[in-house]
Amino acid sequence: MSTVDHPAPRQEIRERFGFLRRSYAMLVKEFIQLKRDRVSFAMIVMLPVMQLMLFGYAINTTPHHLPSAVLLQEDSDLARSVLKALENTAYFRFLHEVHDVDDFDNLLKSGKVLFGVEIPRGFERAVRRGDRPALLVAADATDPVAASAAIGSLGMVVQTALKHDLYIGDPPEMPFEIRAHARYNPAAASSLNIVPGLVGTILTMTMLIFTALSVTREVERGTMESLLSMPIKPVEVMFGKIVPYVLVGFLQAFLIIGIGVGLFGVPVLGNLFLLALLSTLFITTNLAIGYTISTLVQNQLQAMQMSMMFFLPSILLSGFMFPFAGMPAWAQYLGEGLPLTHYLRIVRAIMLKGATMQNLRFDALALAVLMAVAMTIAVTRFRRTLD
Amino acid sequence: MNGGNGIAIDVKGLTKSFGGREVVHDLSMQVKRGSIYGFLGPNGSGKTTTIRILCGLLTPDSGEGTCLGYDIRRDAEKIKRQVGYMTQRFSLYQDLSVRENLEFVARLYGLADARGAARDMIKRLGLSGREEQLAGELSGGWKQRLALGACTLPNPQLLLLDEPTAGVDPKARRDFWNEIHALAAEGLTVLVSTHYMDEAERCHEIAYIAYGHLLTHGTVEQVIAKSALTTYTVTGEDLNELAAELTGKPGIDMVAPFGTSLHVSGRDVAALEASIAAWREKSGLHWQKSQPSLEDVFIELMGRSKDNFQ
Repeated sequence: MSTVDHPAPRQEIRERFGFLRRSYAMLVKEFIQLKRDRVSFAMIVMLPVMQLMLFGYAINTTPHHLPSAVLLQEDSDLARSVLKALENTAYFRFLHEVHDVDDFDNLLKSGKVLFGVEIPRGFERAVRRGDRPALLVAADATDPVAASAAIGSLGMVVQTALKHDLYIGDPPEMPFEIRAHARYNPAAASSLNIVPGLVGTILTMTMLIFTALSVTREVERGTMESLLSMPIKPVEVMFGKIVPYVLVGFLQAFLIIGIGVGLFGVPVLGNLFLLALLSTLFITTNLAIGYTISTLVQNQLQAMQMSMMFFLPSILLSGFMFPFAGMPAWAQYLGEGLPLTHYLRIVRAIMLKGATMQNLRFDALALAVLMAVAMTIAVTRFRRTLD
Repeated sequence: MNGGNGIAIDVKGLTKSFGGREVVHDLSMQVKRGSIYGFLGPNGSGKTTTIRILCGLLTPDSGEGTCLGYDIRRDAEKIKRQVGYMTQRFSLYQDLSVRENLEFVARLYGLADARGAARDMIKRLGLSGREEQLAGELSGGWKQRLALGACTLPNPQLLLLDEPTAGVDPKARRDFWNEIHALAAEGLTVLVSTHYMDEAERCHEIAYIAYGHLLTHGTVEQVIAKSALTTYTVTGEDLNELAAELTGKPGIDMVAPFGTSLHVSGRDVAALEASIAAWREKSGLHWQKSQPSLEDVFIELMGRSKDNFQ
């Protein structure tokens, strides 16, 4: 080597703004590594686009042509009218007409039909007498989403359709009772609800995994030993590793919302800037949690497992899949501890209801608190030595 | 500079255990400023652990001392600024280029002009033309050169090199040691662990450590003299047979073939000479009393420490 020709240049070492300089050094390094990792880089764009296309179009809680059977115990004009009206809703498609209860049960049990409508004996006479007879709708509850939407629409649709067939004129109330547990379905079109929800879900997944692997990757590749021997503080490592992905998350959020608006016609009624601001907060919170996981585990496999342990409750308890208010109190408390719960409220409220910061300050504060807690754990847990 | 009394490393009674197994036992050492200190010993002898304690990566269970005048327990952060640590396994970023790795280190240490520093170092290392190559794609010799460049970049006072030349070809090793001597001439203190005897002989001072115990230290001559080992070099025919017959005889601590010759060594001269007397006059064998080599000394030390500590 040519030491003699090139004596070591002595550069002064600056002490000021050390925090910013070291965080910046880490940040640049992380950016370059992300850029080099082509697969991860492609995933940043492909993941949200694919998931949105897939779920946006595929998840449709408004069912069509559900296979149904009818147990006809009386063959009256009114009964025929009711059936016709039901079929006209396009929810039901009557494949079987049976007259025996056992046949009816078997059809449901075997899964040949998801719905069964029973028109009892003396139905028409009872209606005319004003007795409000029961129209039993039996639903295969193994698919509660499909069932609830169809049941929910029953009352309205049948009543409207029957107006013309009944000689009672305009009945003040249903001339007969539909005996089923009708459930409330808040959104008329599923994609309006799904797209904002997907913003949060996709961000949770990608952000969590990006940072959950970050520290363990350094340990497994052996670069941690070098890094720890240099004068960098845990907080600087954390910032350097989180900040690049805030931009990545922002890009993803932009993509999802853009596609949602462009392809699915989801409105953004509220302030776009507020949405961007609170989305950034949510992204950072998830990154901080992922980073915390990274400081708690020994290797990348554990990091993935722990991420999944966090991700699944996020999907199930946040109100993304099931209505939040329908959960038992303890599950709701658990849900309040998940960033996705708060972000779903925020993103749905801003996009669909035009909510302002005033409406959302509790959820915004909750996100900030969760972020601060995660970061504190991460910084205290970060091991500065190899002990 | 603190600790300007000419001593760069001064530690006493360092002890470190992992999971109940003592890896470093009551280790004390002193390293003079501007010297090259060789750290020798078998695999798993505690060399890496000691080096990690010195640069603040590990906390000793007991023991104390200073590194560049800073307390190794309390001032780890200050020590890190002044120490360049080259890990045994290449630990720079494989997916960053040569230039990016150097710039990262320069920024972390707060060099005023990180790009300039990286550029100068690339020139100094003779890596010009390879600056945009990914570190992971470099050959072993270049990787090692880059790693040395990275840890000397922030102008440290002390270099800790953990087996820097393992798996590197002889030419690259020679270059590397020339560089280390050049750095030491500039006033840098270098502590380097190695398995190679020729490298040990290029150190100003050496220490031999086995099973966590520092067994001997000093200059090469001192270490050889201290060993009190007597060595006979035998050349001739049927050396393998001879080796088999001599092994285990009273006074013979070690029989080791060296190419076409055999080294027969022992601490007790009288017993050794009595044991070999029968073969001394045998035709076809040529016996010569000689200086034990450093390797003889170390192998003998290793054999002895194995009995004592395992």
